This record gives sequence, structure tokens and C-alpha cells, in this order.
Amino acid sequence: MTKLTFIAHDGTRFDVDAENGSTVMENAIRNAVPGIEAECGGACACATCHVYVDEAWTAEVGEPEAMEEDMLDFAYDVQPNSRLSCQIKVRDALDGLVVRVPARQG
Amino acid sequence: MTAIIKTDVLIVGAGPVGLFAVFELGLFDMKCHLIDILDRPGGQCAELYPEKPIYDIPGWPSISAQGLVDKLLEQIAPFKPEFTYNRMVSGLERLEDGSFRVTTDENEVFEAKIVVIAAGGGSFQPKRPPIPGIEPYEGKSVFYSVRRMEDFRGHDLVIVGGGDSALDWTLNLQPVAKSVTLVHRRPEFRAAPDSVNKMYAMQEMKQLEFQVGQVTGLTGADGQLASAIIKGPEGDIEVPCTRMLPFFGLTMKLGPIAEWGLNLHENLIPVDTEKFQTSVPGIFAVGDINWYPGKLKLILSGFHEVALMAQAAKRIVSPGERIVFQYTTSSTSLQKKLGVVD
Repeated sequence: MTKLTFIAHDGTRFDVDAENGSTVMENAIRNAVPGIEAECGGACACATCHVYVDEAWTAEVGEPEAMEEDMLDFAYDVQPNSRLSCQIKVRDALDGLVVRVPARQG
Repeated sequence: MTAIIKTDVLIVGAGPVGLFAVFELGLFDMKCHLIDILDRPGGQCAELYPEKPIYDIPGWPSISAQGLVDKLLEQIAPFKPEFTYNRMVSGLERLEDGSFRVTTDENEVFEAKIVVIAAGGGSFQPKRPPIPGIEPYEGKSVFYSVRRMEDFRGHDLVIVGGGDSALDWTLNLQPVAKSVTLVHRRPEFRAAPDSVNKMYAMQEMKQLEFQVGQVTGLTGADGQLASAIIKGPEGDIEVPCTRMLPFFGLTMKLGPIAEWGLNLHENLIPVDTEKFQTSVPGIFAVGDINWYPGKLKLILSGFHEVALMAQAAKRIVSPGERIVFQYTTSSTSLQKKLGVVD
């Protein structure tokens, strides 16, 4: 199991155990993290699972692919560390990953 | 008054489930007319993820969403369904003979014995961009589509977005507007490369401005915009703006169907699981828009729903007629309807 931490917009921490191969979004939904809507169910077809990756983790998590960048165009207050959480796959190297939930999804 | 379009069954929504309803209803000789807010069939499959493979369509280990739509269109072609695109249904009234009169946002009038709501997640509508305080300007100086280019003549126009709509209108409105500023959060675009090149060429000739950034605020009063605040790589800048066109894609809303007097369950339409009929006899709901205990929002569940719905619809359209259960593999009469035997 890989540990993930979600920090909701109000500062509440959610420490969760995630299965490798699942997406960060799926773990947010499973653990009812507020502010992750994931309207399209993980098809990279909306921008409602937008998160900010903690600065310490941006290099390991990596850059969004072109299709994800296209979707991020629709998100609110996009930052250089913005990602769609449905496009981040959990793996051993992400043990301890911290992501923050933005003020709003779109 | 425009001519009334009469049909046996009016299907609201031309997504995969609405399309397959044509097949099941067609086997029982019911003529269908479909209305959709999009400009083509396929619903979410066509609009949101045409190239994505779907893995749970029985008999298709993998099929692209657009591929499924194409196959469905081929499958229902023998029944010659009629389509009305770019329309949202608005009003519904029940006539004395028990049939329904349905109107659209462009005032077309349909009369049908049966209404099948196959509207998925609702109708696609322009998404409100994530710009705080935009609401009071909507419909007055912020528009989500261009109805008449003249409405933009002489204005300081800001267009926001990086897709084809944003680029096309940037190029088309440039000769009309007083000034055009295109705002997109990055220098890469989703739009056709040709349009992007034209835009850069016009920027080179100082015919328009392209600003990398995100609109974070608006100034103005009484619905009339004065300027837009753009957060760019070098901080905030203020751009004169008396008209704005944001293009942030589409979202889905139930829309006027919510006012049809049907029972609702969290924006979904409860149905029974024998007929998939709503609380109003003669109006059915199938696919993602309906709700019943155990409901799964799967295309294959919608296909099952329309098969049962068609039986119930036939009883209303042809009262007293005996319904014979037949297989397409062995029934000559069904095969004739499908055009596979003479």
C-alpha cells in the first residue's frame, strides 16, 4: 500500500492507503475527500478532479500529457503544479505524496 | 405557426441508448424522431470521448465510442429515424387523445404518442468559466456563443480559450470588433494548427493581441464590462473589454425537462423496472437519466432498458394488439423490417 495525503481547501488532512495502479482521483472519491468531483468518472474528459501537487513531489509525479493539458484549460486557477488527479497513477515511488484540493472545481 | 411534426415516438437525446431505442421500437413498427442539443448523434460518446475505447459492450472486446455510435447508426438505418439537431426540448403538454405536444427552444412543435427521455447527463450547455463575479455580465456583455456578429461591432472584445471556437471567433470577429484580445493560459492550443498560425500572423501585424494568462477578475457596472484582469506570467494586467466570449467547453444540465411534472430523484427520473416508465404514463426514461434501485450507468444497461420499454410503448401505440415475442435470427417478419430478406 502507498500512502497518499489529500489536503482539502479548508486545511483538513486525509491520509489514505492507496493501491498501486489506482488513480489518485479514485482514492479521493473512495475516501470522500471534499472538493474532488470527478464528473466524467476518470476519462480525462472534464477538469473536476484538479489538484495541486506539493512542490516537493512535482518532479516525481511528472508533467501532464497533452490531452490533460487541454483539459486543464477548463480548470480554475491553474498553477504550474496543477494536475488532474485521474491521470496520476499510484506507484511505490509516490509513497507519501501530498496533493492539495483547489478552492473550486471550475 | 410552424408545421407540427408528428411521429409515434419522440426520443429526447441521440446518445447510444436513444439510438438503440430506435431499433427496439422499430421492430414493433413505431416511427421515431430524435431531438438532440448537439449538432450530431452520439451524445457523450461523440462529444466527450469519441476516441476512447469502451470495453464492456457485449461482443466487442474493444470499440471506440465513435465507432459504437457509427455501428448503432448503421443498425438503426432500416427504420429511417428522423433527427433534429441543435435543439433543446422546452415545453410538454398532454393532449386530449393522450398524446404529447413537445416544443423546442426554437419553437418547433412535435406531437407524439410516446415520449422517451434518453437525455443522459442532461443537455450540453456552455460551461461557465472559472472567473469570479461573471454572472451579472452574462447575456449583457459576456456571451457564450455568437448569434450575430454585428453585436460585437466596435467593441473591445476579449476571447478566452484555446479550442476551435475561441480561435475561429478570434479570426472572424477581428474585422468587426474595435480590438480583439485572445486570452489562453498557455501558448499551446487545442484548435486547428492552421487557425493558430493565422492568429499569430495577425498578432505579428498588430491586428490583434494574444495574451498568455487566465482571467481572474472583471470590472464594470450594471452588466456592462469595462475591463478584464488577466493574470499572466509577468503579473496582473488590465485589458479594456466591453464584450467577452469565454469558450470553456460544455457541461450537462437537466434543463427544462425538470419542469415537466415528472417525479425526480436528485436530478434523475425514477422509473419502474418492468417498463422504464416515469410517473407520467406514456413518458419513459432510459439510460443514464433514469433511476431505479440498483441502477448502473452503463450503456449496456440502457440497451436492456429500451428493449423492455419498447414492449410497453407498443401497448400504448397499438392498444389491444397482441404482442408476439420474436427473435431477429428466425423471424421473417422482423427480417423484412430490417431489410435483410425480400
